Amino acid sequence: MKTSSITRRQFLKSTGALVVSFNLFPPAGKVFAQVATLPSGDIDPTSLDSWLAITPDGLVTFYTSKVEIGTGTITALAQIVAEELDVPVARIKMDSGDTSRTIEQGSTVGSRSIERAGPQVRQAAAAARQELLKLAAAQLGVAESRLTVVDGVVSVMGDAGKKITYGQLIGGKRFNTKIAATGTGWDMKVAPEVKAKDPKAYKIVGQPVKRFEIPAKVTGEHTYIHDVRVPGMLHGRVVRPPVINTEPVSIERDSIRGIPGVVMIMRQGSFVSVIAKTEWAAIKASRALKVTWSKPTSKVPETPDALFAYLKNTKPARTLKPVGKGNVAAALTQGKKTYQATYRWPFQMHGMIGPSCSIADVRGDKATIWSGPQGPFRTRGTVARLLGLKEQNVRIIYHEASGSYGRMSTDDGAEDAALMSRAAGAPVRVQWSRQDEHGWEPKGPAQLDEVKAAIDGGGKIIAWDFTDYGQPWTASGSTPLLASLQVGLKPTNPGGPNGTQSGGEIYAIANQTILCHHINWHFPEPIPLRTSNLRAPGDVARCFASECFIDEIAADMKVDPVLFRMQHLTANKRGAECLKAAADKARWQIRPSPAPASSGNIARGRGVAMTQRANTYVAIVAEVEVDKTTGQVAVKKLVCSHDCGLIINPDGVMNQVEGNVVQGLSRAMYEEVTFDTNGAVTSLDWATYPILKFPDLPDLEVVLINRPEMNPLGAGEGATIPAAAAIANAIYDAVGVRLREGPFTPKRVLAELKKA
Amino acid sequence: MTRISLKVNGKNEVIDSEPDMPLLYALRNDLRLNGPKFGCGLAQCGACTVLMEGNAIRSCVTPMSAAQNKAVTTLEGLGSTKKMHRVQQAFVDEQAVQCGYCINGMIMTTKALLDKNPKPTDRQIKEALAGNLCRCGTHVRILRAVKRASGQKV
Repeated sequence: MKTSSITRRQFLKSTGALVVSFNLFPPAGKVFAQVATLPSGDIDPTSLDSWLAITPDGLVTFYTSKVEIGTGTITALAQIVAEELDVPVARIKMDSGDTSRTIEQGSTVGSRSIERAGPQVRQAAAAARQELLKLAAAQLGVAESRLTVVDGVVSVMGDAGKKITYGQLIGGKRFNTKIAATGTGWDMKVAPEVKAKDPKAYKIVGQPVKRFEIPAKVTGEHTYIHDVRVPGMLHGRVVRPPVINTEPVSIERDSIRGIPGVVMIMRQGSFVSVIAKTEWAAIKASRALKVTWSKPTSKVPETPDALFAYLKNTKPARTLKPVGKGNVAAALTQGKKTYQATYRWPFQMHGMIGPSCSIADVRGDKATIWSGPQGPFRTRGTVARLLGLKEQNVRIIYHEASGSYGRMSTDDGAEDAALMSRAAGAPVRVQWSRQDEHGWEPKGPAQLDEVKAAIDGGGKIIAWDFTDYGQPWTASGSTPLLASLQVGLKPTNPGGPNGTQSGGEIYAIANQTILCHHINWHFPEPIPLRTSNLRAPGDVARCFASECFIDEIAADMKVDPVLFRMQHLTANKRGAECLKAAADKARWQIRPSPAPASSGNIARGRGVAMTQRANTYVAIVAEVEVDKTTGQVAVKKLVCSHDCGLIINPDGVMNQVEGNVVQGLSRAMYEEVTFDTNGAVTSLDWATYPILKFPDLPDLEVVLINRPEMNPLGAGEGATIPAAAAIANAIYDAVGVRLREGPFTPKRVLAELKKA
Repeated sequence: MTRISLKVNGKNEVIDSEPDMPLLYALRNDLRLNGPKFGCGLAQCGACTVLMEGNAIRSCVTPMSAAQNKAVTTLEGLGSTKKMHRVQQAFVDEQAVQCGYCINGMIMTTKALLDKNPKPTDRQIKEALAGNLCRCGTHVRILRAVKRASGQKV
């Protein structure tokens, strides 16, 4: 193998500094001349040097387009690298999310980063280890089979004096080794021919390694995107219209004349913004600027009833059929008894605590963007399209945003900053107001779910007909984002699908259909009620419907809800074990629902629900108290079991599962986006869109099921899903009343109690 | 413009500012203290929390005019990665962070709580943090971190 010295190390250092060097941009191929690039200018995944570099002191830098979004993914990926290389995890530095020096491995979404990028980084690291052992064998003059590696030091077994470090072998030099890499994004297969470590020998994978960035996060030293400052930077704020296609009829420049520091008012289409020398001037000017907008003409179904009628009665733009087996129609007529119910779920929002923020520096035909997207390469594409630039002329430099739960798949802030920077001829930082974030972030779509089932004489479900009606994602990788729409880019497709899981597919039912209808949400005019992937997209609503429906049948048959599910999980070992783990931990008492009637005002109940998401299994048992006089539900305890295959970092998974359960609880109990007849969101702050607060936090217990024999799976979403269904089932258990629409507010619960 | 004198993390500072500008922007942009975060600008979420004269306040709605001659402590004033305050250390020990955007407010509110009530009960901690929103759902760990910081059994 050839080696040659390289000089790119300085460039490869972190950009985590508070003040970022000014416009590092030049085309990637020129700055990193020694890094193999494809004809496009992107980094070549078939070069081992594209994945990692080792310094003379043995520090390993690993390059990945996967990003830390608060879920611990980057620390877990580093554990995988450390394991394969036999290097302490503290010696791994993850260089993440810069489009000019990483390979596109797909966005950090969909609980797929550990499942898909995990094997990619494992194989790249294993390929590097293989090359290092070859080098060591040559240097030490022994066969590779006699070598062993401890903490980055290669030594000869039985002759401990003979040793050499990784740093001595390769430090500051290139591998110049080709590896196989086929496919793209998260489907890319990297070095499949290289033999990775036997999982039985794992020492770092499976350990509760503390997250790398947490110390800096608790001291204010972590550089979030909001903390990046670029020399010469101006501050921009967008003045949003009531709805997207509304035009400014007049802009009264005099209205901000008295505000010192305003540089310009910038308008393109319906995109109106102010750019100023200071942040406070930009904020004041954006609030003071008088813009008269043309009258909104967009119309959306205003009331929940009208909305759900629209979903039900509109011809779908597209239908997905994740499950279709047997003859459901025939089986429904042959059953001993049939059941039918309809469930409704509202629009909900991601609710980032920190709003969108980005910086852009657009110069001629090149742009540098500092932002916090879940998909840096996706942002590169959307910004390039908006500005009419070649993708490789746009560089995205990643800094962590606020936790985003899917919201930062759609990097609206980067587009705002790019338009303003091009107009101002200077770097511009933009940060959204709370009202703009609540109003304009794309929402998790509303869903209507209809379920029909039939049971046979033995009490087994023989037919299952599940239909999900909802909107696709109008803001996605294939549709224009907010600023793009405002300057006139038109959507050419209905948008990405809102998931297809959690409709009851985990159960062994001979005749089963699950359909997901996408009802067009692109009206003749685009509306502000945008839609996108909200954590476990569509699954919360579908699980709410399918898992409450299963409970309804069990209750009608007077069968315990855990036992009833078990009867339909006979072919699903992991599902059954997951359900058992939650039931055991919760000390589940076998009896049918509802619970025996209570005499006082407070009724107690327990409920269960389960699902799978991206092959990760989750079950939740909820315990509630319902005040029969007020409809107030107090969730007292949640017990969650979780099986995501091989666990890379148990404490990281635990943190994720706890967070998912709490977020699922919040969505079940409090959250509903409201909007007016033009489609303008009216829940514009935390008072009108409340989320869970500390005093309402229940006790929480989590059981992690580790499966070392399996590949690792994701933990980023699954446990969000069954919380709502488990709580609704617990409410039924407590008071015998079925909630078929969320959130479970006192008003809604009381209304159902009065009907009963 | 008004000249505002204040003490931040023990250091005297003089800032030329519009009197109606919220303190948050002076801390972040003039003094480059990134601990306090902009979350809502409405005193609803707590991400911007700092201590003023020992009390946890919302710097996003506190005008500079109200900070004249006041002593302000930010997250940076508690400690650094080299020498952490016990509350910060407890958050690391419990890994009580996901995205961490709210954590400034959690730590500063905890500091103010423990200064007044060194051994709070679970209920008192929950009430003290009732105005601090966390979207990642790190509540269970935050609760444990506060207990740990107060020297109580976790």
